[in-house]
Amino acid sequence: MNWLTTDNTSGAVALNEIPEVGYNDFYNDLADRLADPRYHAAHYFALPWDDRLRFICLLLDDAEGKVLLASHAMEYYEQTHLPSLTALHPAFHPFERDIAERYGVQFDEMPWPKPLRFPHDRYDRSSSMDNYPFYSIKGGSLHEVNVGPIHAGIIEPGAFRFICNGEQVLHLEIALGYQHRGIEQLLAGTDNRLRQMCLAETIAGDSAVAHATAFAEAVEKLSGRERPAELERERTVALELERMAMQIADTGALSMDVGYQLGQVACEALRTMTINTTQAWCGNRFGKGLIRPHGTDHPLTPEKARMIRDNVSDIARRYDEVRRDLKSSPSLLARFEQCGTVPREEMLRIGGVGQAARASGAARDIRTSHPWASFAKCLHHESITTPQGDVMARLMVRSREVLQSAGYIGRLLELYEQKYADGPTPCPAPDYAAPLAPSSLSFGLVEGWRGETCHVVVTNAAGRIAAARIKDPSLHNWLALALAVRGEGISDFPICNKSFNLSYCGHDL
Amino acid sequence: MMMAALNTLLLFLVALSIPGVINRTRARLAGRRGIRFMQHLYDLRLHLRKGAVYSSVTTALFRAMPSVYLGAAVVAALMIPVGELRPLLSFDGDVVCLAYLLALGRFALVLAALDTGSAFEGMGASREALYGALVEPALMLALGTLALLTGCTSLARIFDPAVLPGAQHAIVLLLLTYLLVKIVFTESGRVPVDDPRTHLELTMIHEVMCLDCCGVDLAMIKMAGWLKTAIFSLLAADTLAAAFCLRWWIAAPLAVALTGLTVGVVESTQARNKLSRNVIFILTIAALAALAFFTAYLLQLNIGLA
Repeated sequence: MNWLTTDNTSGAVALNEIPEVGYNDFYNDLADRLADPRYHAAHYFALPWDDRLRFICLLLDDAEGKVLLASHAMEYYEQTHLPSLTALHPAFHPFERDIAERYGVQFDEMPWPKPLRFPHDRYDRSSSMDNYPFYSIKGGSLHEVNVGPIHAGIIEPGAFRFICNGEQVLHLEIALGYQHRGIEQLLAGTDNRLRQMCLAETIAGDSAVAHATAFAEAVEKLSGRERPAELERERTVALELERMAMQIADTGALSMDVGYQLGQVACEALRTMTINTTQAWCGNRFGKGLIRPHGTDHPLTPEKARMIRDNVSDIARRYDEVRRDLKSSPSLLARFEQCGTVPREEMLRIGGVGQAARASGAARDIRTSHPWASFAKCLHHESITTPQGDVMARLMVRSREVLQSAGYIGRLLELYEQKYADGPTPCPAPDYAAPLAPSSLSFGLVEGWRGETCHVVVTNAAGRIAAARIKDPSLHNWLALALAVRGEGISDFPICNKSFNLSYCGHDL
Repeated sequence: MMMAALNTLLLFLVALSIPGVINRTRARLAGRRGIRFMQHLYDLRLHLRKGAVYSSVTTALFRAMPSVYLGAAVVAALMIPVGELRPLLSFDGDVVCLAYLLALGRFALVLAALDTGSAFEGMGASREALYGALVEPALMLALGTLALLTGCTSLARIFDPAVLPGAQHAIVLLLLTYLLVKIVFTESGRVPVDDPRTHLELTMIHEVMCLDCCGVDLAMIKMAGWLKTAIFSLLAADTLAAAFCLRWWIAAPLAVALTGLTVGVVESTQARNKLSRNVIFILTIAALAALAFFTAYLLQLNIGLA
C-alpha cells in the first residue's frame, strides 16, 4: 500500500497528496504494520471533506523517524460497516470510538464500543453522562465501589467504578467526558490566531507549553516560514522546565499519598521554585503566553538566561537529594515496588505512550524517535527506560527525567549566553497574520512531560483552519491505569493513579 | 476525692495537648512554624456551633452512635490513673471493662458507618472491624501482664507503687511501654497504620467512617478519638514511669511527650503501610504482648531472679 512519507521537521502536506486507498487495503496494511512495535498510530481521525467523510491516519515509524500518512474515504451518508482494527490492535480503541461517536460510523466487531466523550447512546435522548451502564459482575462476594465523578480535593471530574472482591480490585472501569469543552470546534471556529494559541494552552492546564508548542509547530509548518534557531531553543527550554516542574510535583504527590511528609514538602518547595522560574521569565507560572507562532513576546535576555540556569541547577541538586532519599527509604520501597505493574507487552498492546510507557520498557519518546527543533539539532536525546513497569519504575523514570531536563536547559542556556552575551535578543515578535497554505494538513508532534502530544491542523481552500484534531497522551494511558490496578488492593489505587497522573481535560477536550 | 479530681483534670489536659504536640512536631520537622497549638480546639468549637445534615437513607442508629462512641470513650478514660493518682472510676476487673468499653465504641462507630450504606464507609468499617479484632488480643495480653505482675485487676491498684515493684520488672515494663505505644498508633489511626490527613477515601480507615458525620456528631467523634489516644498514651506512660519508679506527676507530661513526639516523628519520616501489611504490624504487637506475658509469668515463677 502507498503511504506518504514525511517526518517531524518537514512542512505541511497538501491534502490531495495524501494517498487515498480502499478500506480493505488500509485495514490489511495497517493490521500488518501495527503488529511490529516499531509502528504506532499518532492519530487516526475522520473529517467531513466536501460531501465525503475522509479518514486520515498518521502512522509513526519509530525505527526510521518517519511519519506515514494515508487515508480512506466513504460517502457521507453511506451505511457500510467497517471491520474494526481495535479487534486486532487494542491501541486503536480511542480513535475508532471517537470516529464512531462523532460520525455514527459503525465498526464491526469493535470489542469495546464505549463512548469516548459523550453519553453512551447518542441516538437516545434520555441517555446522559450520569446513566452510563458500567460493566458489572454478579456474585455474592463481590461489591462495587464508585468514586467520582466529583472527587474530594481539587481534581477534575471522572468516574471510576471498581468491582472488588474484599480489598482486591478485580476490574476498574473509567468513565470520562464530563469535561468536554469542544476545544477542537473552538479552534476551527475562529480565525484569530492569538485566540487559537490561548485555546491551545488551555487544552490541559498542566501541559500548557507542550500543547501550545504542538499547535504553534503545526501552524508554522502551514505558513512555511523558517524559524530562527533561538526561538526553537527557547521553546525547548520552556518545555523542559514544564517537564521538570510536573515530574517534581508528581514526586511530591506520590509522597503525599503514602503519607511521607518529608518527600512531600521538599518536592512542593522545589516545584514552586521551578514554576516561579517560569513566571519570572514570562509572567505566568505555567508558561501560558510564552509560546507564540513565529516569535515570542518574552525573548530571553542574558540576565533571564542566567537566572533560569542558576535556579535550574540549584533545583536539580536539591531534587537529587530527595531522589536518593526516596530510593533508600524502606517504607517507600515497600509501597511503590511491585505495585500497579503494567508489563511491556500490555503497554505496547494498548498503545501506551510517554513516561508511563518508558517505565514499562517501551521506549516511546518523540524526542528520540522523531526529533524536532532543538532535539533534531543540538541535543541528542536518549530516552530513560526501565523494564519493571510498577509505581516505583514510573517514579524513577520521572526523577531521572528531571535531572536530564535540567542538563538540557543548562546546555541550551549556556549556548545562548555565549552567543548573545551583550547583544540584543534575536527572537522576532510573534506573527499572528502569516497566511497558511490552503487545503493542507500539518501536524505538531511534541513530547510533553506526559508523553506524545499530537496536533493535526487542516486548512480549507481559503487557507483558514477548517479542523483541528488534538491528541493528548492521556487518551492512550487511561487504559494503562485501569490495567495497573487489576489485582491490586483498592487502597493502592491512589498511588497507581498518581504514578500516571493523567489529564481529564486533555482527554475530554 | 481531690486525687480523683486532679486525675481527671490531668487526663483531659493530656487528651487536649497530644494533638497539638503532634502537629507542632510534624510542622517543625517539615521546616514550618505550624498552626496554633490549640487549633484543634478552635476547630472543635466550629463543629459544635454547626448544625448537622443527615443523609435521607440513615436511621436513628446513625444519629445515636456518635454519642455512644463518645460515652464509651469518656467512661473508659475515667478508669485511667495518672501515675499513682486515683481515677474517678475504679473497681476490680476494670481492666477488662476498659477493653470492652473501647470495643463497644468501635462497634457503635462501625454500625453508624454501615448505616449510611456508602461503599466507602462499608470498606472503612470492615477494615476497622478487622484491625479492632486483631489489636484486642494484644491489648488484653498487655493488661493481663500488668495484672499478672501485681495480682490486681484494677488499673488504680496495678500502678500503685506499693503493689508494682517497678525496678524488679523493668524489662517487662519497658517491653509493655513499647507495645502500648504501638497500640496508640493503631488505635488512634496514625501512620503507619492509617493516615488522618489523607483526602483519599479509598485508603482511609477511621476517617472514612465519619465521612457522613458533621457538626456536633463529628465533634463527638473527634473528642472520643483524642480520649482514646490519651487512654493508651497514659497507660504507656504509667508503665514507663513505674519501670523507673518516677514521681506520680511525671506520667502526664510523659504521656504527651511519648505520643506527641513518636507520632510526629514517625509521620514525618515514614510512609504508610500497604493496607495488607497492617495485619502483620498488628500481629507483631500481639506477638510482643505474648512475649511480655510469658516473661512476666516466668518472672513470677522466680526463675533466674531471686
